[in-house]
Amino acid sequence: MAEEANKQEYWRWPESTWINPDIDWKKGKIITAGVDVGSVSSQAVIMVDGELFAYGNTRTGSDSPDSARKALSIAFGETDLKVEHIDYCIGTGYGRVNVPMAQRTITEIACHARGANFMYGPEVRTVMDMGGQDCKAINCDDRGKVLNFMMNDKCAAGTGRGMEVFADLISVPVWEIGSRSFEIEKEPPMISSTCVVFAKTEVVGLLEQGMPDNEIMAAYCSAMAHRIMELLNRLGVKEKFVITGGIAKNDGVVRRLEKELGISTAEKAWHKPEYSAYPFETQIAGALGAALFSYALLDRGKAKSVRKA
Amino acid sequence: MIVSGIDVGGKNIHGVIINNGDVLARANAAAGINKAKAIEGLYGELLDKAGLKREQVERVVATGSAGKRVAFADGVIPDAAADSRGINRLIPTARTIIDVGAEEGRAIKISPEGKVQDFAINEKCAAGTGTFVEAMARALEISVEEMAKISLESTKSISMNAQCAVFGESEVVSLIHAKTPKHDIARAVHDAIAGRIGSVARIVGLEKDIVMIGGMSLNTGFVESLKRELAMDVIVPEDPGYVGALGAAIAASTGTMEEEVEAKVIEKDDYQEG
Repeated sequence: MAEEANKQEYWRWPESTWINPDIDWKKGKIITAGVDVGSVSSQAVIMVDGELFAYGNTRTGSDSPDSARKALSIAFGETDLKVEHIDYCIGTGYGRVNVPMAQRTITEIACHARGANFMYGPEVRTVMDMGGQDCKAINCDDRGKVLNFMMNDKCAAGTGRGMEVFADLISVPVWEIGSRSFEIEKEPPMISSTCVVFAKTEVVGLLEQGMPDNEIMAAYCSAMAHRIMELLNRLGVKEKFVITGGIAKNDGVVRRLEKELGISTAEKAWHKPEYSAYPFETQIAGALGAALFSYALLDRGKAKSVRKA
Repeated sequence: MIVSGIDVGGKNIHGVIINNGDVLARANAAAGINKAKAIEGLYGELLDKAGLKREQVERVVATGSAGKRVAFADGVIPDAAADSRGINRLIPTARTIIDVGAEEGRAIKISPEGKVQDFAINEKCAAGTGTFVEAMARALEISVEEMAKISLESTKSISMNAQCAVFGESEVVSLIHAKTPKHDIARAVHDAIAGRIGSVARIVGLEKDIVMIGGMSLNTGFVESLKRELAMDVIVPEDPGYVGALGAAIAASTGTMEEEVEAKVIEKDDYQEG
């Protein structure tokens, strides 16, 4: 155990959880859940009468159903909330067919658009979500309905794994890379290899040449921003342009992406003013969308509650 | 006419000296960090083995990814042209060459005279290269040689979802957790790469005889997967490492340096649309 504690895992970003202090779930009428099981991370979101109550964000393990359970359990946190209290649950993400407590599944494309609409507001027209093993560009309408999308899920370049592999290589925690990439004297040229595996070799070469770590981070963020830009340009970006997923937290990539596109991304802040004090966790967008779809189904009488307790 | 061909790759240098088609000497050395030094050392060794002095070699032609580093070369020809001429000499019936190294996979269509007619290359994606095998061998915690050997023992065909070396590694880890036997996983990895190489080869057209060279040609497990993928026989010449150098030497003796063929470069534009 001591060995595990000492071995630094640079790609292992911290898990997070939050419970809304302003809501008492026992007073709510409809409690819905959305569980997003991705190939790298899993999130669960609980909503009470369509308002955000709690979320959990954790690493996906080797077993999808267990990851779903874990995400939900850390969302429940210290509350007395249990699976039996949930009226309806929708699963999404790569592992959605393996969410044991879900009554149905909806694609992560639809859920991310809906979730982004709730988080950022009805002006959102293009959502870029980078997951652990994919990158999606989604165009949506003012209700968060998907109009069209483009996705790369075949190549690690421009995905969360691409950044994690890099963090491990240069031994820097993945959540520090963004800010450190700006602590440089001048902007270096981007890493030329599109492929993460070949980029690794290129990075090793730069390290041997003595390029400062922060500059290498800048070069890598630049290359990733460029790759995302290619995907976005294939789709066509419309403002308001927003980013969800883990990469939204990496300013090193986001700022450089904005520069390449010539379009600003929206500020990471809740659209609803009453949420302004709540944490803005960009990784929950998919699960949030799923929880919202659950709520809409029940509220409109299109589905029956499965609540047991 | 005594000539020499030198093939400078990323990892290895191969050289030959020939006289009217007969090989007088051959040698190879690690390219190392100081390529210029390694090249000089190799050339010296070649001359010693052939019992010749520098002046007796009429022409030197270089090839390989670092062919330009041969300072004393009279000319440099592209890899594809060197491979074509070398294979044409060794296997005159060859019409398609598949060359898979550590960092690229390419296919060459050659004429009966050994000239390049068509050429496609993947140099942007590790999944169609030897690097993929190395990465997967690491995930399996075995050597590449071991992996090649045990893959031949597999009778099961498992299809890998991942087309990426990075995702493939996660997939291999999942397969190991699911207690899939290592030899089946090894074969699945070779099958996956063979699929990618097959796509590159089909761009130039599969015409027999199909010959394979490059580092991956030494991986017997992979060659078997490739034969299955192409549904055709694949010939691996003896000492495939020397093909480029031989081809460069032949170019030196005939004076035919290169032909105009536009390479078809594989892009990584595999997007799902909706």
